[in-house]
Amino acid sequence: MTSTSSSGTGAGDQTPPVAAAPEPAAAPEPAPAPGAPTGSRWRQVALEIATGSAGVTVLAVVLALLFGGVLIAAADPTVQAAAGYFFARPLDLFGAAWHAVSQAYAALFSGAVYDVEADSFARGIKSLTETLTLATPLILAGLGLGIGFRASLFNIGAQGQVVLGAVFAGYIGFAFQLSAPLHVLLAVLGGAIGGGLWAAIAGVLKARTGANEVIVTIMLNNIAVYLIAYLLSLHSWQRPNSNNPQSPALHDSSMFPLLLGDGFRLHAGFLLAIVACLVVWWLMERSTLGFQFRAVGANPEAARTAGISVATVTVWVMVVAGALAGLAGAAQILGTEGGSGLTEGIAGTVGIDAITVALLGRSKPLGIFFAGILFGALRAGGVVMQARTGTPIDLVLVVQSLIVLFIAAPPLVRAVFRLPSPRSHVGAETPSALTAKEVRA
Amino acid sequence: MKNFIRVVALGGTAVLALAACGSAPSASTSSSASASASSFKACMVSDAGGFDDKSFNQSGYEGLKKAGTDLGVQVKTVESKQESDYTPNVESMISEKCDLIIGVGFALESAIHKAAEANPKVNFALVDSSFSDASGNAVTLANAKPILFDTAQAAYLAGYVAAGVSKTKTVATFGGKQYPSVTIFMDGFVDGVAKYNEDNGTAVKTLGWDKAAQTGSFTGTFDDQSTGQTQGKAFLDQGADIIMPVAGPVGLGTVAAIQAANNGSMLIGVDSDWALSNPSAASITLTSVMKEIGTAVFDTVKSASAGTFSSDPYVGTLKNGGLGLAPFHDMESAVSSDLSGKVDALKADIIAGKITVASASTPK
Repeated sequence: MTSTSSSGTGAGDQTPPVAAAPEPAAAPEPAPAPGAPTGSRWRQVALEIATGSAGVTVLAVVLALLFGGVLIAAADPTVQAAAGYFFARPLDLFGAAWHAVSQAYAALFSGAVYDVEADSFARGIKSLTETLTLATPLILAGLGLGIGFRASLFNIGAQGQVVLGAVFAGYIGFAFQLSAPLHVLLAVLGGAIGGGLWAAIAGVLKARTGANEVIVTIMLNNIAVYLIAYLLSLHSWQRPNSNNPQSPALHDSSMFPLLLGDGFRLHAGFLLAIVACLVVWWLMERSTLGFQFRAVGANPEAARTAGISVATVTVWVMVVAGALAGLAGAAQILGTEGGSGLTEGIAGTVGIDAITVALLGRSKPLGIFFAGILFGALRAGGVVMQARTGTPIDLVLVVQSLIVLFIAAPPLVRAVFRLPSPRSHVGAETPSALTAKEVRA
Repeated sequence: MKNFIRVVALGGTAVLALAACGSAPSASTSSSASASASSFKACMVSDAGGFDDKSFNQSGYEGLKKAGTDLGVQVKTVESKQESDYTPNVESMISEKCDLIIGVGFALESAIHKAAEANPKVNFALVDSSFSDASGNAVTLANAKPILFDTAQAAYLAGYVAAGVSKTKTVATFGGKQYPSVTIFMDGFVDGVAKYNEDNGTAVKTLGWDKAAQTGSFTGTFDDQSTGQTQGKAFLDQGADIIMPVAGPVGLGTVAAIQAANNGSMLIGVDSDWALSNPSAASITLTSVMKEIGTAVFDTVKSASAGTFSSDPYVGTLKNGGLGLAPFHDMESAVSSDLSGKVDALKADIIAGKITVASASTPK
């Protein structure tokens, strides 16, 4: 489609570009209920919070924790024993179940927020700093994925992009000797470039050949895993006097400064994540590029008609998303892992968990920030829960998965809490607006 | 249909109710059963394989459990799901006030290393790796003990037996990933075959590993058994009749491939005695290269709980019993007395130091 068609005088089956383009921006936001039914304002606000996406998210987390509690109780040997003589002394079962669940969740809290059993305040608050540390890569990679989702690109490749980010940042960190601020800046930049380039492969393939980005990014994840394994089998990437698949330690000058001193792992990568949230917000809400991202996401045909090059935008979306995922890899290797060098598992499951974080955060920077913190908290708390109460770490993964399950099914959450569907109020307006749009199209 | 659901629900409830009819334990039962237990707390952190990996995590875990029951020490374990769990898990064990923290797998080196430096009052041990500084030079820590195995010694014996038993004059080995703790098996195996050829003027071939170039066949995974089956079948198709998979449970896939071929081919187990740990594989298991991680862990806990912890590295060898070649069990008849006599002689020579089995991955 050439730009001449943007005059709007094209064939009748084309969407008028001027009308089509701004709409996608408004579409994802739940429309406020104009002319909502009467009732106190507070009730209205409460209803909006509960039925809006934020409310459903919170309730999904609550539900997941409740189900997790049932599983913790069921997995506990004392509870199992007490269930065996339920009719002889029923209170034992509830006592044991309460004990198991409350202990497990108390340990989860201790590990995620503040350890009440710690000897000192520093040791206690360490839990919160761990949560923020573990949240950092999830926020960064989640931001990248969120951009892709809003541009209708289902990028599953964050894992590979995190790996490449860590490879680039790690190599710059251990192979070069530079002075402090320059070295860390170069390493961070290298991480972003590594992730961005890796994602660009999928973007170009999608833009040029129409290859499905889901398949391409998944395959690129596999290639990244074997690429890092290959690199670490080379002697030039291994530590001297060792043939373990582990790179030399990074130079201190390439490391993110620690924010709270030696006793804590929290590093400047967390500040980078906050800055990234702001930048992504500005990019998506205020910049022309972000507008094009969203326009392509909402309706590529209309965007093309409006004179946006869908192919170029697709590549840019992937590059920006990959660069953010690459920063997550850089945060891992330059901060969280304390400079111990590049290893095969440096990316952990960051790229996969970040998909959940992006979905949980509704692909918006603020949402992703809090979703990342929540997952960081679950991860940090899960460690202590396992150590202190012997609750299998798998239960934390189950709780995470349940959260996603409930988020993916808002009607289920509403049914459980007997909340009215938002459609019943807003519905009167929204469908007609959509219909009007479709009619025009 | 509705009735059916009702009946099932009723039946299920009844079963649950009956199951819940047991008698309650007397209320006076106190938890003083462990009153005699020592206050020593031994803890273990797995690597990403988890304690059910049928390999070294599991061996280590069993050693620790045995220490718990036999020595009466308190035991605490945490599993890692991924590498980023290592540091937090070791930290959590320090918060739990453990006296001895054992990390399983070389991947925990940096987590254990840093924790050992930051917590001089806690003792540490690390399976399958020694400690090194940033530039790769070996360092000794006063409170951290490396637990290492010179596995090539036992694998050498296995290679010798394999070469002697093979009818097709072709044997094979493959690994999970190219880690030193894996390739050291393959190095020893190749050398054992070469030794047999040298002694007997034969030309038995080894597929899957080139010791000089340090390249060979790897499945790239320690948990996908189908890769072990594919790799096993490929070797059988190339004429190999004895295969040593060094890939934990992936080797069970190779068991399936050999059983499917049903042509008298055999397998050499690793880490534990596979004829015992996988009874279904007993009929095709020639022998196993045993790495006594459990015993080493047990001994470490024992000395630490007795207050005699030493950070000197433990190196499992044929001499100290940390390594061994499993009995031939069902395969006794396949191994001539001549051959088994020769293997015993080789073992004695290695123990006496007359033969040195060299490997790029030998613990230094």
